Amino acid sequence: MKTLRDVAIGDSAKVIKLHGEGAVKRRIMDMGITKGVEVYVRKVAPLGDPIELTVRGYELSLRKEDAAMIEVA
Amino acid sequence: MADQKLTIALAGNPNSGKTTLFNALTGSNQFVGNWPGVTVEKKEGRLKGNKDVLIEDLPGIYSLSPYTTEEVVSRNFLVDENPDAILNIVDGTNLERNLYLTTQLLELGIPVVVAVNMSDLVAKNGDKLDLKKLSAQLGVKAVEISALKGTGINEAAELAVEAAKSKKAAKPVAFAKDIEGALKEIEDLLAGVPEHLKRWFAVKVFERDDKLPENIAALAPKAEEIIKKIETAHDDDSESIITNERYEYIARTLKGTYGKKGAGELSTSDKIDQIVTNRWLALPIFALVMWLVYYVSVTTIGTFVTDWTNDGLFGDGYYLFGNGREEFTDAMNEYYAENVFTEEVVANVDKAVEAGITGAEDIQAAIADGDYEAFDEAYGFYGAELDEKADGAYSISEVVDTALGEDAELPANEDYGTWVPGVPVLVEGLLDAINCNDFVKSLVIDGIVGGVGAVLGFVPQMFVLFAFLAFLEACGYMARVAFVMDRIFRKFGLSGKSFIPVLIGTGCGVPGVMASRTIENERDRRMTIMTTTFIPCGAKLPIIALISSALFRKASWVAPSAYFLGMAAIIISGIILKKTKMFAGDPAPFVMELPAYHWPTVGNILRSMWERGWSFIKKAGSIILLSSIVIWLGSTFGWTDGAFGWNPDLELESSVLGAIGNGVKWIFAPLGFAEIKATIATVMGLVAKEEVVGVFGVLDFEGLTKLAGYSFLAFNLLCAPCFAAIGAIRREMNNAKWTWFAIGYQCVLAYAVAFVIYQIGSMFTGSGNIIGAVCAFAVVALVVWLLVRPYDEAKTLKTVKA
Repeated sequence: MKTLRDVAIGDSAKVIKLHGEGAVKRRIMDMGITKGVEVYVRKVAPLGDPIELTVRGYELSLRKEDAAMIEVA
Repeated sequence: MADQKLTIALAGNPNSGKTTLFNALTGSNQFVGNWPGVTVEKKEGRLKGNKDVLIEDLPGIYSLSPYTTEEVVSRNFLVDENPDAILNIVDGTNLERNLYLTTQLLELGIPVVVAVNMSDLVAKNGDKLDLKKLSAQLGVKAVEISALKGTGINEAAELAVEAAKSKKAAKPVAFAKDIEGALKEIEDLLAGVPEHLKRWFAVKVFERDDKLPENIAALAPKAEEIIKKIETAHDDDSESIITNERYEYIARTLKGTYGKKGAGELSTSDKIDQIVTNRWLALPIFALVMWLVYYVSVTTIGTFVTDWTNDGLFGDGYYLFGNGREEFTDAMNEYYAENVFTEEVVANVDKAVEAGITGAEDIQAAIADGDYEAFDEAYGFYGAELDEKADGAYSISEVVDTALGEDAELPANEDYGTWVPGVPVLVEGLLDAINCNDFVKSLVIDGIVGGVGAVLGFVPQMFVLFAFLAFLEACGYMARVAFVMDRIFRKFGLSGKSFIPVLIGTGCGVPGVMASRTIENERDRRMTIMTTTFIPCGAKLPIIALISSALFRKASWVAPSAYFLGMAAIIISGIILKKTKMFAGDPAPFVMELPAYHWPTVGNILRSMWERGWSFIKKAGSIILLSSIVIWLGSTFGWTDGAFGWNPDLELESSVLGAIGNGVKWIFAPLGFAEIKATIATVMGLVAKEEVVGVFGVLDFEGLTKLAGYSFLAFNLLCAPCFAAIGAIRREMNNAKWTWFAIGYQCVLAYAVAFVIYQIGSMFTGSGNIIGAVCAFAVVALVVWLLVRPYDEAKTLKTVKA
């Protein structure tokens, strides 16, 4: 399974499915990462985590462990 | 029906310009407080030009999920208070995500008006928005505004008032057919729910929301079968299905209404961000910004204004615009050189230095510099030391007392410029003029004016800091701070933004605690409030300096060890607390928007500064005032020659406070300082930490062992902060239980640390006892266990009252 965590900086990916449950998953979806949306991985924080994404026209930051819950293609 | 009272709820995403719009709508008619029982700020205000309309500013939220305190507070308000209309502000440059909240607001059975903000920026970016189409699609009135420039605001307000009067509820967005069918079925199950809320609760039941009111939660199991069927068909959980549906609806709606130009092009904000969060530059830039904030608000402007407030306004007085200050200082230095620094004094001090008397070096240095203020300070601390040692052979007090006594002709302040007497001086004059008795005079001057002064002394510094924080928040940098620092801080259960309160806390804990406001997650915020005051603040420095010079010959490791102790206390507390039941109830996902950079308006910054500062004065002020009076009573009532009564010149030992200190001093026996003075000093430390030094002078320390002294230091650094900081904690926690928990935790931790230091240290110095050592190791073992025990991050929010 390829996840958002594996996407290289500067690449885009399409979201297939969100795994996990509860608050974190809902929050990620509330922020617009839903099935079929295109996500661009913009950069990684200076200390290696979290990462910055562009989704639905704005910037969002996400921890790598949470990005690993997002299946992409 | 012109006199009808209307309530309009203002809702929108964070960073959508909601605060700016709220300020523009209400002007200065605002009331700021907290939502009951939580640390979330509550603001309401009357509409400008129409006082019958109340605008309720909801917290900035992305959704109405049950997972954050802000969202639950907003939901409860919208459902329970049933406002007449919702004015939903959406960011026109980021419509897709902003409309997501709108789709949820439309379900509440309340009239909705959508205000598309930053319309000017939309046009500038070359994006196109067909407002008519959007309005038709959503089925509600929509209006373009620019909150910043003030355009369209009156129109938005008028539309909202109109909508409120019309009572025409917004229509919810339509989902896929099978889901609509399921929702209809659930609605039919919801007997007894008001008609206009049926759709809302049907969706919530479908989502298996855990914040449902009891009567609806009881009906929810009946819907389980309906939900399962849809979930199987969509191969997803019900919550995700609804979220997907909403975003799909938005995508359909925006097709043909909204055209974004220039995707892939770098905006100015992107360019700034490339530098600010650059892999190599981010940390140096962060350090620079922090240094600047600290330097300006704590060490320069802050100290200057705070000194003026404490020593001038609430001290003897001050020179208007500072003119005359220099001349006066010169005159004083001259006077001291002639009358105080006599040959006898210089010789005695030199001898004292040779004999190694504590503090003599400081006095000698002040004399060498010819600096009267430095001399007063050093003499105040260590003068008694010279009197006591070698039967007074080094004493200089006779000369000093004569030169500075009542009969001495010191330079008068008034002769050197426009001298404005301080408040205590003025009040004293006033009270003397009306022949007030000594008790009332002392109560007013030492108790009340002293107490108020203690609060106001912190205010200027705080205002400067709040202006900075407001700027950093509004321009978008604060979110980047969290982004850059998250990796380090999340390990301790703190947010990346916790760095700022701790840093400010090294100057003063009061603004430090208040700076925790910028942390959006309630759990992180509470944790930060509880731990910020562990770091030594400016007022604790004299305690460190005193112990370092009285017991450790100014060893260079003492001061750094105090900071190390503070940092360790923060880190250990973070890890321990995040695993406790009290904190386990609040999940903390780090899924955060990084808003585009922009220049905030001066008005917004000043307003934010004023609001935060004023709310501190109001909320914390009463606690500080009350405590100051209690302490004043305790220290002036007591026994003079065996008779109980009031005496302003009472020695602390014979006061009520002293009696209490004597009664409870045994508590500190395991820490090595079961002395009446040490106990009183610790209590007085609650008034202000520097008081500890005043009560527990150099002489008293010399009776203590080094170990007991260090244990005393550790305890006083970590235990409950001064009343002003406790007031700030109370203000920020907005909850008596949490405030007491914070204070209690700090005291217990301080006690444990001092206990371990003293008992285990005693083993090495050979004076330890077995029981103490065993207990100390047991404490260490307990802490280690608390640190390493496993725990699960919470998945649901449990701490919110409905």
